Amino acid sequence: MTINLLYFAWVREKIGKSTETVDLPSSVRTIADLVQWLVARGPEYADAFARPEVVRAAIDRAHVKTSAEIGAAREIAFFPPVTGG
Amino acid sequence: MSVSVQSEDFDLTAEVRRLTAGRVDIGAIVTFTGTVRGEAKGQTITSMTLEHYPGMTESELARVEAEALARWPLQATRIIHRYGELRPGDNIVLVIAASAHRQAAFEAAAFLMDYLKSRAPFWKKETTAAGKGDWVDAREGDDRAVERWGKG
Repeated sequence: MTINLLYFAWVREKIGKSTETVDLPSSVRTIADLVQWLVARGPEYADAFARPEVVRAAIDRAHVKTSAEIGAAREIAFFPPVTGG
Repeated sequence: MSVSVQSEDFDLTAEVRRLTAGRVDIGAIVTFTGTVRGEAKGQTITSMTLEHYPGMTESELARVEAEALARWPLQATRIIHRYGELRPGDNIVLVIAASAHRQAAFEAAAFLMDYLKSRAPFWKKETTAAGKGDWVDAREGDDRAVERWGKG
């Protein structure tokens, strides 16, 4: 399955890009699976997800927990806890 | 009832005037303006850069606004949040809640800010006088501030 990944703030800086398109194997079913899959891709991902509990995710522009199923998602974003306002 | 995400500054007086023009059903207007501080953790801040998630930001702000409208009898609401590079003293965010009576307006304005701070996908990076850039950490107090409103 082809999916767009977006990264923001220090997650973006650590990975070194703001967006990429990836082909996910069918074994990647949840956000947590996706994090694991990304970490195995290289040290920059391992660095970004070194403390996975502080990285937040959104599926198709809605906040989700790491247990969320990716399903037919088209866009998944990873970012630090938000600090607006 | 509207939400704007913009790099340009906003004018509080003009926004209130626009919201209340031609209306006599409003008896209370509460506004909140967030601005850039020139100091953080004892360091002088020369600029603050706000990054956001275009598309998701607008939909989260609209969701927060809809939640406030469902909870309080509001005549009008307005949210403006800026992004890009800002200087100390610059405006960051404006929230307006207008109602027939003050309690709904006070509560809704506080609710909008608390929810916005925990949901809207913005990230602040502060640059110090020494030229060092640091991402601002989320405050635990912000999550607690949201919890006081309970589940929607």
